[in-house]
Amino acid sequence: MDIRSKPSLKCNVAGIESINPFWLASAPPTDKYINVVRAFEAGWGGVVWKTLGEDPAVVNVSSRYGVHKNRGNIVGINNIELISDRPLQTNLDEIIRVRKEWPDRVIIGSMMAVIEERAWKELAVKIAETGVQGIELNLGCPHGMCERGMGSAIGQVPEMVEKVTRWVKEVVDIPVFTKLTPNITNILWSAEAAQKGGCDAVALINTVNSITSVDLDLMAPTPTVGDQGTHGGYCGAAVKPIALNMVAEITRNHDTKDLNISAIGGIETWKDAAEFIALGAVGLQVCTAAMLYGFRIVDDMIAGLTGWMEEKGYQTIEDFRGKAVGNTVDWNNLDMNFDTKALIDQDSCIECGRCHIACEDTSHQAITFDVADNGKRIFTVIDDECVGCNLCQIVCPVPECIDMVPVDNGLEYMNWTNNPLNPMNN
Amino acid sequence: MAQDSCNNTINNNFDDLHKPLNLQQAIAESGRCLYCYDAPCIQACPTSIDIPTFIHQIRSENTIGAANTILTQNIMGGTCARVCPTEVLCEEACVLNTSIDQPIEIGLLQRHAVDHLMKNTKKHPFERAKNSGQSVAVVGAGPAGLACAHRASMLGHDVTVFEAKEKSGGLNEYGLAAYKMVNDFAQDETDFILDIGGIKVIHNQRLGDNLNLENLQNNYDAVFIGVGLSSTWSLDLDNECTEGVMDAVDFIESIRQTKDKSQVEVGNDVIVIGAGNTAIDAAVQAKRLGAENVTLVYRRGEEQMSATGWEVNLARTNGVSIKLWSAPKRIIADGHVAQMEFVKTKTKGGKLVETNFTYTLEADMVLKAIGQKLELDDLNGIDVERGKIVVDENYQSSIEGVFAGGDAIDCGEDLTVQAVEDGKQAAHAINSFLGGDS
Repeated sequence: MDIRSKPSLKCNVAGIESINPFWLASAPPTDKYINVVRAFEAGWGGVVWKTLGEDPAVVNVSSRYGVHKNRGNIVGINNIELISDRPLQTNLDEIIRVRKEWPDRVIIGSMMAVIEERAWKELAVKIAETGVQGIELNLGCPHGMCERGMGSAIGQVPEMVEKVTRWVKEVVDIPVFTKLTPNITNILWSAEAAQKGGCDAVALINTVNSITSVDLDLMAPTPTVGDQGTHGGYCGAAVKPIALNMVAEITRNHDTKDLNISAIGGIETWKDAAEFIALGAVGLQVCTAAMLYGFRIVDDMIAGLTGWMEEKGYQTIEDFRGKAVGNTVDWNNLDMNFDTKALIDQDSCIECGRCHIACEDTSHQAITFDVADNGKRIFTVIDDECVGCNLCQIVCPVPECIDMVPVDNGLEYMNWTNNPLNPMNN
Repeated sequence: MAQDSCNNTINNNFDDLHKPLNLQQAIAESGRCLYCYDAPCIQACPTSIDIPTFIHQIRSENTIGAANTILTQNIMGGTCARVCPTEVLCEEACVLNTSIDQPIEIGLLQRHAVDHLMKNTKKHPFERAKNSGQSVAVVGAGPAGLACAHRASMLGHDVTVFEAKEKSGGLNEYGLAAYKMVNDFAQDETDFILDIGGIKVIHNQRLGDNLNLENLQNNYDAVFIGVGLSSTWSLDLDNECTEGVMDAVDFIESIRQTKDKSQVEVGNDVIVIGAGNTAIDAAVQAKRLGAENVTLVYRRGEEQMSATGWEVNLARTNGVSIKLWSAPKRIIADGHVAQMEFVKTKTKGGKLVETNFTYTLEADMVLKAIGQKLELDDLNGIDVERGKIVVDENYQSSIEGVFAGGDAIDCGEDLTVQAVEDGKQAAHAINSFLGGDS
């Protein structure tokens, strides 16, 4: 009999207890009482309320979302929606109401203001008074608000990131999350600035600046507003790789490795969630997946993550949190003597030839194409030419048909730092 | 009222067998295509259509481009998309034909692209080369003849097509099941093909009747014979000419040529003799016209049936009963066919032999679908072997300058798509013969 109890998804993000790590990010899904209550009913551990600003509230345009599809599937969407367009007090009242009705769930108040100390402090205090467990500083919005000196206009300048974080920390006694923009050259500069300003956690990534497509009839970028469009914030599955890297940049950097990270960026499934946690995130925020499929997706996130943890023997999220950080290294530290070769399983090969043409045209001419007497199309790897790049495995439509098999070449571990070809070693 | 609704039901029975894909379905289906390298489906197509490329073009919403890719190889891509036995051609070769997947619906995608082009573009997609000053006579406006005429015109020659019947299209117009060629598609396609210009079609011109091969040779620089198989084999039984006994091809033709299908006469107890796709087309259509019992009788086993497995299944799901190992013995008639007697057969030492067992089926209609043959009398002097015109690798017959293709030659497959390929290749051969670049 298995005496272990079921793994727990409880987590603590910058001192805030949550029943699970799945929070909804500050965005349209967390705009109102009704949305947030529906999310809590569905099982989400917390929400970051849609960003609040000072009155008068902004005005949003119609239309608002653009999409990037591939073969009919949504790769990512972008939006040109601004922050909450409802009066501040309406939002604050609703936050108070939900906090009362759902005491075991987390509500973080997201906010933004112009770069004035008074504005940040007054708004932060008002929001904190609603009983939210934390405040998130939206320094990332890359469309619209930045043109008014807010959002990414602040987030792209480390000095301002630090200053704003400090202002808010000075007036509230609840955890402060600084939300970072990916539209910068080096995420560490803004992460370190937030840390200097005294943040309790960083939340990243905000959306990536983008044009999802051009309407070739209107000759305007989408989404179009009348016969014009603008750049918007890109999100969804497409940005996950960017977010994973930025999270890892922070967790594997000596000065910032202990920063609490609330990770955001293309999280759709429990696997995505596990990957962010493995790279050191303490909490997670989801938006696009919920927008595309509804709040019910949290069911499988919870069940899938729990099941996987059980299978792996992890009792808590802390048991595997950050486990992939140590293995995420600079290129210079990779073993240059490691060798792997593609191996094609002839029995499961369906003879499409995709591996051959990919390798032949764009890689190393390492896969031969022969036709046997019985007409069978045979694709074979030439080991001497194969550099183990994975491209054939990536394009192969049959799962596990192409295996990348490590070769025992008898060579010792050697990376660039100790390679004799490195001029630094002479 | 009751009669009207019954007639409507019958006409509805002749709607498209396969519903066309809409844009969304076509893009979704094209998204499944793996875009194979040197794809097996291309090799399985008698006209070598670059299938992965046209499917990729559908996916990229370049539907006109997809149609051009198809029509470049096969000007009758529209008909072939409807009637090709794809399950033994491109779709059989599809690498997705595995235990866990199913082949791409290549036929339906091809139809989507070609129909789109025919419906939405006014301009014919191909241009004629500079006029060669030479002329080609084409005998027969069926798939082989029209494909030859189109390509020959494209290569710069002036073409005159002589057609025995009142309409062009050959089997596309007269011989295929109605539910495969709805809305007068054969005529639309003929018009589309002739749109290239440089082709004159003269109807009611029959070789050996009011048309003479020698005259054609004298009046044109080259001749292409694509006459198909215009006569049928007989059962060699008494009473074969009795009322109620007819050729399946004539039955199918009458269905195709009657707009209101409920006006086509059909028996109550119909026997179809034969095992090819014509037999299936006749049997299924008889059933859909309202025949109570349709029995398809074949003297050998299911494995020997030349109809594809898919067609045989279609017959079964339409309620056609199939009796195998039975040879026609007697037509019992009293002014009109009443019964047919069959003798059970078996193979002995590899040969088909009759047994002592006989049985009788009620019949008020007997449709013979035991094969068609070339009208030999019309072909004064051309070498013929096993009932087909002999051609060399350039589709040239034993008479210099006279070429042939389609069902009139022995090209292996008696399929529309093969006839189109023959016509196309023969046009290139004629072009070389006339001194042009092949």
